[in-house]
Amino acid sequence: MSLFACQHLLPSLLSPECLLGITIDVDRMQAPSIYLPEMWPRLPQNLVEMLCRALGAPDWLVTIAGFIVAASTVVGVFMGGFALLSLVERKTLARIQNRIGPNRAGWFGILQPVADGIKMLTKEDIVPTKAEWFLHLVAPIMIVLPAILALGVIPFGREWTPVPLELGLLFFFSVGAMTELSVFMAGWASGSKFPMLGAMRAISQMVSYELPLILSAIGVVMVSGSLSLPAIVEKQGGFHLGFIPAWNIFTPWGLVAGLVFYIASIAEANRCPFDLPEGESEIVAGHMTEYSGFKYALFFMGEYLGLFAISGLGITLFLGGWQAPLPGLGFVPSWIWFFAKLVVVIMSYLWIRGTFPRVRIDQLMRFAWQFLIPVALLTLPAAAIWHFSGRGFLAWVVTIPLLMIPWLVLTVLYNRRLAPATRRYTFAE
Amino acid sequence: MSIDRLPAPKKPGSWSVPGFGLLQGLAVTGRNMVESFYKKDRMTTVQYPEERAPISPNFRNFPFLVFDGDDSLAGLRCVACSICEKECPPQCIYIVLERDESGKSLKRPKVFDIDISVCMNCGICAEVCPFDAIYMDGEYELSTDNRFDNLLFHRERLAKSAAYHAKLRPEQAAEVEAKRKAEEEKKLAAQAAKEAKAQADKEAKDKAAAEADQKGESA
Repeated sequence: MSLFACQHLLPSLLSPECLLGITIDVDRMQAPSIYLPEMWPRLPQNLVEMLCRALGAPDWLVTIAGFIVAASTVVGVFMGGFALLSLVERKTLARIQNRIGPNRAGWFGILQPVADGIKMLTKEDIVPTKAEWFLHLVAPIMIVLPAILALGVIPFGREWTPVPLELGLLFFFSVGAMTELSVFMAGWASGSKFPMLGAMRAISQMVSYELPLILSAIGVVMVSGSLSLPAIVEKQGGFHLGFIPAWNIFTPWGLVAGLVFYIASIAEANRCPFDLPEGESEIVAGHMTEYSGFKYALFFMGEYLGLFAISGLGITLFLGGWQAPLPGLGFVPSWIWFFAKLVVVIMSYLWIRGTFPRVRIDQLMRFAWQFLIPVALLTLPAAAIWHFSGRGFLAWVVTIPLLMIPWLVLTVLYNRRLAPATRRYTFAE
Repeated sequence: MSIDRLPAPKKPGSWSVPGFGLLQGLAVTGRNMVESFYKKDRMTTVQYPEERAPISPNFRNFPFLVFDGDDSLAGLRCVACSICEKECPPQCIYIVLERDESGKSLKRPKVFDIDISVCMNCGICAEVCPFDAIYMDGEYELSTDNRFDNLLFHRERLAKSAAYHAKLRPEQAAEVEAKRKAEEEKKLAAQAAKEAKAQADKEAKDKAAAEADQKGESA
């Protein structure tokens, strides 16, 4: 038992909250349930701990070994996911465009990520003469780091939250803000104009879309009364009317906030149609222009891991995390539900990428500031009314018009402002 | 820089519900995606090294020489007249007439080279050939690692059977075949007529001689 406490206590003790003097969530540290499939993702960790103990290692060593294995599990799973996604994305986009997609390397192109990896590893690593070589080197590492850190606090299953922080949501967003820093680092350190311009665009986009992202998450915090991600998921357990899951997305404010979160997360992850930072036709590859070889691959890795992290957070906040979608499906291990939802959300990103063209930078900024942020702000009173009017019929009657009317008014206004503009370049004539 | 805003273009009778256009777009790509798995006509990709798209009979690039019969060199229709050599705009054809020891023409090429790195696929050689001996080929996999030897085609490589020509361009080959057959028949007929005439002459001569003999005898 002391071992178990150690295994969970030590990571938490090393967490920023504890270092900042914030209390850690002791409630989360219960003994694991007996249902074995729930424990499978933690099997390697438990095995290593047992092995260490059998070899007579001291407790602190056992804990550190277990922690390293737990971290490696998360990193390994999502690195594999990254490799798989890079293939699945190309295949799906190909199918959407009625092509076949990569099918040469291995069975159905299954070895394509390996081939890409070898290509990236063996490519020459070029550092421009005018680059600040140290920042140029650190930027791609710094872009992968926050994504991995953010993945650590997400509850993947009932018994599998790698680091169950009490302020998990705050940790996620504060770590996620590091991405902007590293993007700008890359743009600045490259010492070239396209990366600089691309980084400036990326920063303005990420800062603008972080606001609706966080604002839409606050409603969930208000209703759940907790910043701990496992607690938020547990609050979404149960079913309305016996079959509608009590997820936040199935409430009026949750639907609106979820949509805003979804759109903002696409922009935060630099995905199409908001992939302006790497708009090839305009600024070559944005902040990645001067990168090649493995550093370039690291940018992609960071982007995809960030995509996993942010969709994982969206699932946690709005789609019930690891909760089963229908009653009577509890026998399926909870982490399978989480990953099933993750697959659905990621596929929706691919679908959107295959459908919509890239927006212009002024459209992008206007969409965030004139539409998403007002709508996200509206979800806060809606969530408050929902919470304090008993979450029943009355709550529905009040919150639906409260959200729908401003939404429609804003769309009409926004569409009017968004009419195609004819530009006259007076200086070009 | 000034920005003039125009009213959004609206199709008559189209929906104006915000976001409907996005859903329509998603429906289109979604249908593309799903139908690509079971509708053959959606997936037009030809997986090249394993399968090839059939080439059109009008497709033509570098020339080849036609031969009749089994022996690719003896059966060449080419008589080394050098018309194609003279007509070739980039001058990529090189022909040497084969002669016997006494210097008499054997009416076949000793050397027939085409430098396909120079050839521009104009097809003039095929147009001008009066012997139906040179035609444009349909082969397109000609990349090689040696631009000197492997792009200079000798007559061994250029010679291709009449059956190949028939397969490549059936209509043209049939036309040529019919023409050649007609010519052959005409030639045979002419020869037969000549032989018949010779025979008749000979008979007439014999008859005349016999008559003369008879006359002499009687006289």
